[in-house]
Amino acid sequence: MGYPHPRHPRETPVLSEHFGDPAARTLAGWKARGGYQALEQALAMDPVAVQNVVKDSGLRGRGGAGFPAGIKWSFMKPDGKPHYLCCNGDESEPGTFKDREIMRWTPHALVEGVATAMHAIYAETGYIYIRGEFTEPLEAVTAAVREAYAAGILGANAMGTGRRLDIHVHKGAGAYICGEETALMNSLEGKRGNPRIKPPFPAVAGLFGKPTTINNVETLTAAAHVVRRGAEWYKAMGRPDNPKSTGTKLFSVCGNVARPGNYEVTLGFPFKDFLWELCGGAPDGRRIKAVIPGGSSVPILTAEECEAVFMDYEGMAAAGTLLGSGGVIVFDDTADMPRQIARLARFYAHESCAQCSQCREGTAWTTRILERICRGEGSFEDLDTLLEIGEQMSGKTICVLSDSCATPVASGLRKFRHEFEAKIGKKQGKAFVPSAYPTGLTPAAAGSAP
Amino acid sequence: MTYGPSAGAKLATTPAHGHDDAPYQPVFTGAARDELETLCARYPSRQAALLPALWMIQEARGWVSDGAVEEVAQVLGVSAAHVRGVLTFYTMYHQHPVGKHFIQVCTTTPCNLCGAEDVVNAFLRHTGCGELGVTSDDGRFTVIEVECLGACGFATPVMINSRFLESVTPDAVPDVLEECD
Repeated sequence: MGYPHPRHPRETPVLSEHFGDPAARTLAGWKARGGYQALEQALAMDPVAVQNVVKDSGLRGRGGAGFPAGIKWSFMKPDGKPHYLCCNGDESEPGTFKDREIMRWTPHALVEGVATAMHAIYAETGYIYIRGEFTEPLEAVTAAVREAYAAGILGANAMGTGRRLDIHVHKGAGAYICGEETALMNSLEGKRGNPRIKPPFPAVAGLFGKPTTINNVETLTAAAHVVRRGAEWYKAMGRPDNPKSTGTKLFSVCGNVARPGNYEVTLGFPFKDFLWELCGGAPDGRRIKAVIPGGSSVPILTAEECEAVFMDYEGMAAAGTLLGSGGVIVFDDTADMPRQIARLARFYAHESCAQCSQCREGTAWTTRILERICRGEGSFEDLDTLLEIGEQMSGKTICVLSDSCATPVASGLRKFRHEFEAKIGKKQGKAFVPSAYPTGLTPAAAGSAP
Repeated sequence: MTYGPSAGAKLATTPAHGHDDAPYQPVFTGAARDELETLCARYPSRQAALLPALWMIQEARGWVSDGAVEEVAQVLGVSAAHVRGVLTFYTMYHQHPVGKHFIQVCTTTPCNLCGAEDVVNAFLRHTGCGELGVTSDDGRFTVIEVECLGACGFATPVMINSRFLESVTPDAVPDVLEECD
């Protein structure tokens, strides 16, 4: 199938094979498509053997950090303590909407992945944390869990093996920061979603202070495929000269693009072909100006820079950016870069949990300065101040939200400085009048700012 | 971004939302209490059921009042200050009554590039709200801008209560509102 557009012949559908097919949502439908064979296979294996298959496959975390999934699982030892698995379905990185499609079209694929991982890490309880705004995925995954219990796939005697596997769905309530792993754990414990200082790492003291593994929705879903089809099959997908990035990856494409949506390609796919051939380039014959390739937190690329990039962890790093969560945001030649970067900064200012001063103050000041530049009230000094603030915001806080705000601002300012300067123009030297924060970008919003 | 109403703006204060001077009526009685206890059994601590408990309150009453904060604190065995701290952290909980149809329009960068602000303005115009965060005179609508709804390829996504709409354009707004009873 393919959703929302028909599948492109150059895609490699593994996770997205049944997107758009409502019949795949039910247990019967999922089993008819080969579902729960991976879990059955995994439950017959020793947990260490499951860890090793995933380790050998080279599967890396698809939430953004790219940590090898099998190695993460191998941190969990049978120590007699309760272990927990957390599935991160808080997908809230602007530009990313792949987990949403996995959860709403193939919820059983996720349940199977979660259960498989639980076996591998000696856990009896798993929590699937889904952001509160995802009403349809929440419904689909909750229904899938219920069906799996009724069929004896989950519960005290999972698939008749005598192994206990309990999975619960936990609904978030609106907070970007809860996609950060330790913030998600705090949120699950009924606290404010403030990230924790590491160490201790989750594998030592995570959810409820117990050894915990936390994986992204896409990672867990892919892991079940790896168990069923083997490490060699998975490893064979990717650039032959780059064994560090293997398998397929879902990329979400949005913004000024002809065919937005999710595309699944093997890692190492040429970014140029991806943008222009699969996604159709900018709409209405316009030109692509810039692309944020891995969710809003990574450095911006110019259209020219996109041409020689490979879509894998190393390829993106070589181009000075990151693969991140695979959220591709396209800006065409009509996009007002300073205004859009200001909007992005406002997102981070709104979502800062406010624990660390650098982040709480830095995101707010960055937004205020950018918005004043967009109003034509900025000065050339402001551009240097933005970079200076950005430096103070990077690598100094508990989590990386602060860095995530500074990164697109700094790269946007470096690559599109002329657009910022054009907005300053003759206004330079005008006295700075502090404005109430937050100021809206719409005329109506500006009037309602508290 | 959830903007609060500006100073002097009217808030809906209809008894239907429970915002009156009548004594607080508990939510967690009978079947609702049983449901909460079932939820609590999923976690090793009662506090972990706090987000679900606040969701139950909001579903029953439309918002989370001071009385509800006290009730949740008491049934879960945590302090009211802790509950209030959590309540104010998460943007989806309402700390004051809102319109019957709570409309959230995503305007973060990807949607913004596709004209999300025109969608916001169409909602403000057609609902009669006029201003973000303010409830319409008839108590039916409240419109806010929301940060990334996680459906960027379907710009502009809009949430009306728990209904999630994709690819909403300014022209579609009157029809969308028609479907709100």
